[in-house]
Amino acid sequence: MSQRNRLEGGLIERRRPLSFSFDGKSYTGYAGDTLASALLANDVRLMGRSFKYHRPRGVFSAGSEEPNALVELRSGARREPNSRATVTELYDGLKAESQNKFPSLRFDVLAINDALSSFLSAGFYYKTFMWPSAFWEKVYEPAIRRAAGLGRLSGEEDTDTYDKGFLHCDLLIIGAGPSGLAAALTAGRAGADVILADEDFLMGGRLLAEKDLLSVRQGSDWTADVIGELSNLPNVRLMTRTTVFGQYDHGIFGAVERVLDHVLEPQPHKPRQVLWRIHAKRALLTAGATERPIAFENNDRPGIMLAGAMRAYANRWAVTASKDVVIFTNNDDGHRTARDLSANGVNIAALVDCRTNAPTWKEFEVFSGGEIINSRGRLGLRSVKVRLQDGSVKEIACGALGLAGGWNPNVHLTCHKRGRPVWNKAISAFIPAPDGDPLLRVAGAAAGIFSTRGALKSGAEKAIDALEDLDISAHMPDLPEAEDAPINAAPFWYVKGGKGRAWLDLQNDVTVKDIKLAHQEGFKSVEHVKRYTTLGMATDQGKTANIGALAVLADLDGKAIPDVGTTIFRPPYTPVSIGAFAGRSRGKEFRPYRLTPSHKWAEEQGAIFVEAGNWLRAQWFPIEGETHWRQSVDREVLAVRKSGGVCDVTTLGKIDVQGADAAEFLNHIYSNGFAKLPVGKTRYGLMLREDGLAMDDGTAARLAEDHFVVTTTTANAVSVFRHMEFCRQCLWPGLDVQLISTTEAWAQFAVAGPNARKLLQKIVDPAYDISNEAFPYMACGEVTICGGLRARLFRISFSGELAYEIAVPTRYGDALIRRLMEAGREFDAIPYGTEALGVLRIEKGHAAGNELNGQSTAAMLGMGRMVSQKKDSIGRVLAGRPHLIREDDYRLVGLTPVSADSTILAGAHLMNIGEIASAANDQGWVTSTAYSPHIGSSIGLAFLKKGDQRHGDVIRIVNPLDDGDIEATVTGPHFIDPEGERLRV
Amino acid sequence: MRYSALKVLMEGLRGHTGWKPAWRDPAPQTDYDYVIVGGGGHGLATAHYLAKVYKKARIAVLEKGWIGSGNVGRNTTIIRSNYLLDGNEPLYEFSLKLWEGLEQDLNYNAMVSQRGILNLCHSDAQRDAYRRRGNAMILNGADAELLDETQVREMAPFLDFENARFPIKGGLLQRRGGTVRHDAVAWGYARSADSYGVDIIQNCEVTGFKIEKGAIKGVETSRGYIGAKKVGVAVAGNSSRVMAMAGLRLPIESHVLQAFVSEGLKPVIPGVITFGAGHFYVSQSDKGGLVFGGDIDGYNSYAQRGNLPVVEDVLEGGMALMPMIGRARLLRMWGGLMDMSMDGSPFIDHTPIDGLYFNGGWCYGGFKATPASGYVFAHLLATDTPHETATMLRLDRFRSGAMIDEKGAGAQPNLH
Amino acid sequence: MIINHPLLGPRDAQEFVYHGDASLIDRPDANAETALDDFHDYLYLRDNPAGSHKELWFHEQGLRSWLVVTRDTTTQEISLVELASDYAKRRGWDR
Repeated sequence: MSQRNRLEGGLIERRRPLSFSFDGKSYTGYAGDTLASALLANDVRLMGRSFKYHRPRGVFSAGSEEPNALVELRSGARREPNSRATVTELYDGLKAESQNKFPSLRFDVLAINDALSSFLSAGFYYKTFMWPSAFWEKVYEPAIRRAAGLGRLSGEEDTDTYDKGFLHCDLLIIGAGPSGLAAALTAGRAGADVILADEDFLMGGRLLAEKDLLSVRQGSDWTADVIGELSNLPNVRLMTRTTVFGQYDHGIFGAVERVLDHVLEPQPHKPRQVLWRIHAKRALLTAGATERPIAFENNDRPGIMLAGAMRAYANRWAVTASKDVVIFTNNDDGHRTARDLSANGVNIAALVDCRTNAPTWKEFEVFSGGEIINSRGRLGLRSVKVRLQDGSVKEIACGALGLAGGWNPNVHLTCHKRGRPVWNKAISAFIPAPDGDPLLRVAGAAAGIFSTRGALKSGAEKAIDALEDLDISAHMPDLPEAEDAPINAAPFWYVKGGKGRAWLDLQNDVTVKDIKLAHQEGFKSVEHVKRYTTLGMATDQGKTANIGALAVLADLDGKAIPDVGTTIFRPPYTPVSIGAFAGRSRGKEFRPYRLTPSHKWAEEQGAIFVEAGNWLRAQWFPIEGETHWRQSVDREVLAVRKSGGVCDVTTLGKIDVQGADAAEFLNHIYSNGFAKLPVGKTRYGLMLREDGLAMDDGTAARLAEDHFVVTTTTANAVSVFRHMEFCRQCLWPGLDVQLISTTEAWAQFAVAGPNARKLLQKIVDPAYDISNEAFPYMACGEVTICGGLRARLFRISFSGELAYEIAVPTRYGDALIRRLMEAGREFDAIPYGTEALGVLRIEKGHAAGNELNGQSTAAMLGMGRMVSQKKDSIGRVLAGRPHLIREDDYRLVGLTPVSADSTILAGAHLMNIGEIASAANDQGWVTSTAYSPHIGSSIGLAFLKKGDQRHGDVIRIVNPLDDGDIEATVTGPHFIDPEGERLRV
Repeated sequence: MRYSALKVLMEGLRGHTGWKPAWRDPAPQTDYDYVIVGGGGHGLATAHYLAKVYKKARIAVLEKGWIGSGNVGRNTTIIRSNYLLDGNEPLYEFSLKLWEGLEQDLNYNAMVSQRGILNLCHSDAQRDAYRRRGNAMILNGADAELLDETQVREMAPFLDFENARFPIKGGLLQRRGGTVRHDAVAWGYARSADSYGVDIIQNCEVTGFKIEKGAIKGVETSRGYIGAKKVGVAVAGNSSRVMAMAGLRLPIESHVLQAFVSEGLKPVIPGVITFGAGHFYVSQSDKGGLVFGGDIDGYNSYAQRGNLPVVEDVLEGGMALMPMIGRARLLRMWGGLMDMSMDGSPFIDHTPIDGLYFNGGWCYGGFKATPASGYVFAHLLATDTPHETATMLRLDRFRSGAMIDEKGAGAQPNLH
Repeated sequence: MIINHPLLGPRDAQEFVYHGDASLIDRPDANAETALDDFHDYLYLRDNPAGSHKELWFHEQGLRSWLVVTRDTTTQEISLVELASDYAKRRGWDR
């Protein structure tokens, strides 16, 4: 029969039936249902299996605290494990499957664990599975891993999109129950920028779940009026389906809005969820309270749930888990549930109240001073066993049991900045510390104020109070009359005396016995108990479990609950999709691309690109007939050496240094001297860190007395600029010098090879003489090209050939590469990529990233003498520490294989001939390697102990990772033109 | 009491009435030969080896809260010995060997699981650096394998190979790396140390050192004065704070590192995987949660919590690396205090004060080092000479210039 | 976190890069006889208090100013933000 447990009334839309399936079986529910309410309506109580014992479980709550009813939602790449049925909004075509069961939910093989439970006590695994030791990874652990876990990930890429955004407001109100709505009304009318967020798809919180709370009108109507007014206020943003999951420093809150989780599939390009970072000047936590259960033997069967949830199902969703219900309570709120259900036509088979002075009602029988001591029903509750006040035991048939153990304020967010809640004896619960965070106030049930009237009033008051901080004056609105009765909870947590298991943490299967055992074994601190038993570590983070365990511990220690302590609530309040945190930063959009000015042109040439940090650079330019990258790279290298080539070097960092004290400033940041560098000249510069190790190298070109252009390596462009600004602002703030990073402002190309000058002479305007005499090696200057375009020309070389770097404003970069290549055609000039660039620099013996890796001294790089001792430059003092100036330190050398056909690999280590390969005998390592078409073999640069004294020696290159072991001759690092003649022609 | 399968069986049959406390709860004595300050993994391991290997007695471990409440209880549980430099690799390899025999040594199942750790590389330069490191590992007696892209694909087909911003070029694999159930390490060491007579004293905060004529005499605590012949301090993120009470300044900054766990899932990730182009590393616990972390927040902090930018950065890395995790949910995030040293490597050394020894500066490498750290610290305390694997971990190494800087980041703790 | 920039107003801390103890501004005299020790202490032995801390932040995604921020390392509360150049000059660094 369809929806046999559906009652009258409720906030569902009966005219909009929705079909859905659970474990392959089709059902119907209504718009406004959750998956849980729709399943209950269809008399489905069994919804899941517990983590450890695979006990049959049904829905336990009506909200995000749900420990039991977890399902795999949707299918294929959209499969979403561990979805709480209680907060899954029903939509047409919804498909859900139960999880953590095999082969079926009703018959689960691993339920054997339940039979073996006496051997699977808390922490049993720490005491066994140790022999033989190899069996852990091979036998025990794989079996445990297969059995553990809950739902299954699809294993496929999540195809939905996510987004992120920032929001700012005067007052963020977290939770749209009575206190949140009253606060929003107060603040909204005062003109403050307000965000009201609620995790539910309807605003109203507990008002939606109750009858007759407000004497003026029915709860949901007042709610509708307020929401209507709020939604017309331009300064108020209402956010449903939005969980504020965490509080961070300085008033920043994390929130996730489930924009399109309530449809079958989001429309293309619409985000499924949005992660909001909310900057709130003030915030108000009105997150309500969570009901707590009472533990007794076999208190975990499908059909056993929180009484307040039962009431919510009946009033909001018009559903009951069964037509025959028993309530077990320690407070008046449990009676409200019984009366509401009874009024809805549900048979209350009994109300069991542990208090001896319980109120009585004519509609149903009340057992004062009674306790429920056990239950029956394997796949669903059939009966409960009640111990009456006189000690006699009575079995009562029922299909559902509501547990009303009082309420815990939802203080979670007040703990995220390590606020500690305090115990409130009147309600036997932790409430936020009254002198807590001034940025986050708390009102309503979250503050322990459980009456509707109190919640409304405190919401408005706290809003007024918070806005006062911001000098916004707000006034108490007219609030409806509302019930104002205390719930009179007795501190009663668990039924004592049973022999069986009474569950505290339903999902992780932690029972009262487990807590007792942990305590017996010395795990007495609440954190130890939690970690030893796994209490509160399931997907619900113990929202309904922790307090019961504290009560057990308190009894064991003979202490009061607050003296036992509490574990810390950490973000997120409820679990948040990982996709939402990543937003759009995934796949190719994980990080932005930086493209060089010649990128489009290079694409046209069919270049192969490589990532260099966030840059994408041309790696090589294959031409027709080339099938292997080496063919292209060798050709490019040889062409540069023979005639000429052009390479985009825009990625190198460029920093303009200007001011009267620019030279003095450079003298401080470079280890070598710059004060005397003439205008029109460039100098190679080595920067040390203050600890004396090499930070970066580059050139500084003096364009005018008070104007230098500094270049850095691509990798260090950002950090060098930061460092230079540090030196300028923090160390030498009195110098007249200004810095600006111009990396992106100038497109820069290296033009290298014997014909480089001839090529450039076709581009540079005739007014500028760039002959060898007029513009010698290391010259620099501002020129115009192509008939008046301003440019900067530097005669510097990374390749070891006659070479220039020419820079133009970036927007002309694309035009320039085309002009350069056109001009170079008569010389057979080619474009070359980073791979050839690397080969050329290794042949020339220039240090680059692999050598400048932050672990090298100037001396290691062969530049020890560059460090001027005559001036105070960064790093000079500490570079003189004994370990850094020892004679037997590493020195940069070149290596050529003894056998020309063997290959040297970077990362191989160096050993002396005849010594065993071991760490103790290690002589150094290979830093960079290339095949040198010029030499005709593999070559390498390496750091070798005392390398400068060992040129000509033969050494072993061992590479145990690849079983490599070859011999090589040690040379100087310059494989080509060590005297530098080619540079100067 | 020995733990065994049989014992679990017997106790199961008799209702678990026979289990005794894993460690005693003694009141502090008036004095000890050895006082270890800090009841975390390193402090408890030190006590264990001091008693068991070095046969010392009259040992106390003082813990200001509950044992294991610091970083041993809030990390991503990874063990490995994939270091580059001579100052580090021998120690971490020694540690890995101790992990391999830990359960039998402690009679406690800490679930040492060598499912492998794979560091992915995304550029040629990165692969070169990994080759140098992998070779250094092998030369130091550890295991290492350099995988190419195809081999990585076979091992972890769920990584993004098709649409990656930074394509995976290969990886450095250490098969002997893996994970350990972190809390159990603290408990196992505590239980074993206790069985050798070590007093583990919780809720006992050290509030001062008694130093006379340059020599340690004892410690002031929240539970009264305790005399000591030798005092070893192993307090991680609180190192600067505690050693300041002895008048010492340390080359250490305290930073917060966040870590994360997802909801429990059926097995999807076999071992540990680290992303080489972003801050993200991940493994899956035996319970099924994906355990992951990234970079430190980057500013000095004594608050055990972090902020959202780093959370987002880490999870962006996660999605970039394995886009299948988008629909898994983040369950919990937390923060631990890292004792970030000036070169990224730790210190195990005597101090200028006679009888006062220091163990710290572990950055975020502390958990995997726990056994070796305890062992070599016990060696130092017992013999007054550094253990052979820890000769370079000196407090004065910045004076001499003998830094142990794996990353080459220099004196910038938040970059290590 | 939010850093209230003296020129720009409140900015998200994500725009900044952290550098460490503001005592790094007080660079020792490189020509002093004790320079080696002075620089060792300057670079390596920084303040690391649990409490109020003066520290350097660089507004990298902004106007590239270095700031001296006074922040409590236990509560993260920021009590003062100054331009580092002003702070340095006040401490006598005028070259």
